[in-house]
Amino acid sequence: MANKFTKTFLNGLVNENPTFRLVLGMCPTLAVTTAVSNGLGMGLATTFVLVCSNFVISLIRNFVPSKVRIPAYIVVIATFVTVVQMVLEAFLPALSESLGLFIPLIVVNCIIFARAEAFAAKNDPVSSIADGLGMGLGFTCSLTVLSAVRELIGAGTLLGFPVLGANYPGVLLFVLAPGGYLTLGLTMVAFNAVMGKIDAKRAARQAAAEGSVA
Amino acid sequence: MKILLILLSGILVNNFVMSKFYGTCPFLGVSKKVSTAAGMGIAVTFVMGVASLVTYLVQKYILEPLNITYLQTIAFILVIAVLVQLVEMVINKVSPSLYKALGVYLPLITTNCAVLGVTILNMTEGYNLIESVVNGVGSALGFMLAIVLFAGVRERLESSKIPKCFQGFPSTLIAAGLMAIAFLGFQGLI
Repeated sequence: MANKFTKTFLNGLVNENPTFRLVLGMCPTLAVTTAVSNGLGMGLATTFVLVCSNFVISLIRNFVPSKVRIPAYIVVIATFVTVVQMVLEAFLPALSESLGLFIPLIVVNCIIFARAEAFAAKNDPVSSIADGLGMGLGFTCSLTVLSAVRELIGAGTLLGFPVLGANYPGVLLFVLAPGGYLTLGLTMVAFNAVMGKIDAKRAARQAAAEGSVA
Repeated sequence: MKILLILLSGILVNNFVMSKFYGTCPFLGVSKKVSTAAGMGIAVTFVMGVASLVTYLVQKYILEPLNITYLQTIAFILVIAVLVQLVEMVINKVSPSLYKALGVYLPLITTNCAVLGVTILNMTEGYNLIESVVNGVGSALGFMLAIVLFAGVRERLESSKIPKCFQGFPSTLIAAGLMAIAFLGFQGLI
């Protein structure tokens, strides 16, 4: 049980990373990663909604007729998003201000919907929580990495602290909209290049092993 | 005059995809061919126009009198889901050929964050009924402009030689980034 929990959790975090592997939830990924605090906040808010909605949908999966399941899922997800929206407004008004419209838009984040349909609707509540946690944290990690790159190059700061010195001019392009597309594209190139090298090494080792056997 | 400004800002200056990142998923997913991109654009334009109208009425005559505006997100997404279903049924009855061409993309409009985004934006900006509808249609036309232009770029990309680790999504994203730089040029228009 514990083993399965960890496996499902790690699957979402690494193997099926929602941003780099599944390429889901592009809108918030591109829009809020202008600063590390925004990326982190968005990731954690999404994780919370994902875990809660996965849990509830998994609980009700046997009672909801399949014809009305999509509206039912939407209502569950929208409820938790409203909770997040209210909590952020009350306790973190600055973050709520900078994420703005993208908090209610968590409702239509494809990651949440995809996991509800592909995982929570078919699995028990405990593994659904693990899946939500893994996917959510995988999403959070990707957002944090992207926003760190953009904040560092765009403004020379990390979490608001000047890292590259006070005289760093800042490349405004990376904080503006085009920077989102470019950073994600280039990060994916790096991801693919590293993964390609690892795969090639693995294949070479396998070929060598087979050669020695022959 | 204000209406014209809203329309122009929706299409060019505050282009939903290129400067606001609403509706990026269908923008990247349904932009492989110009013809499907145009079909998607038309369907989204229709849904966004009608959704702006209906959500305005829901907000003014249901949510505000009952003092339950905190249910805005839930109410709006349900309105949009119902609306998309309705549009699907109407198109199916009226023009089966168009229905066939759009088929798969129609239900996807529910999860297009541009639709939910524009309806909530209308409320936060305090637009009246006509301004809301104009804003909805204008933003949708901007979406359509971006997706059709980008589909043209991608058709070219398909037939060119690209290094292996750039293939697929990375090259698409970089192309989108370059196009977004071009759209930055409209910034000074208004």
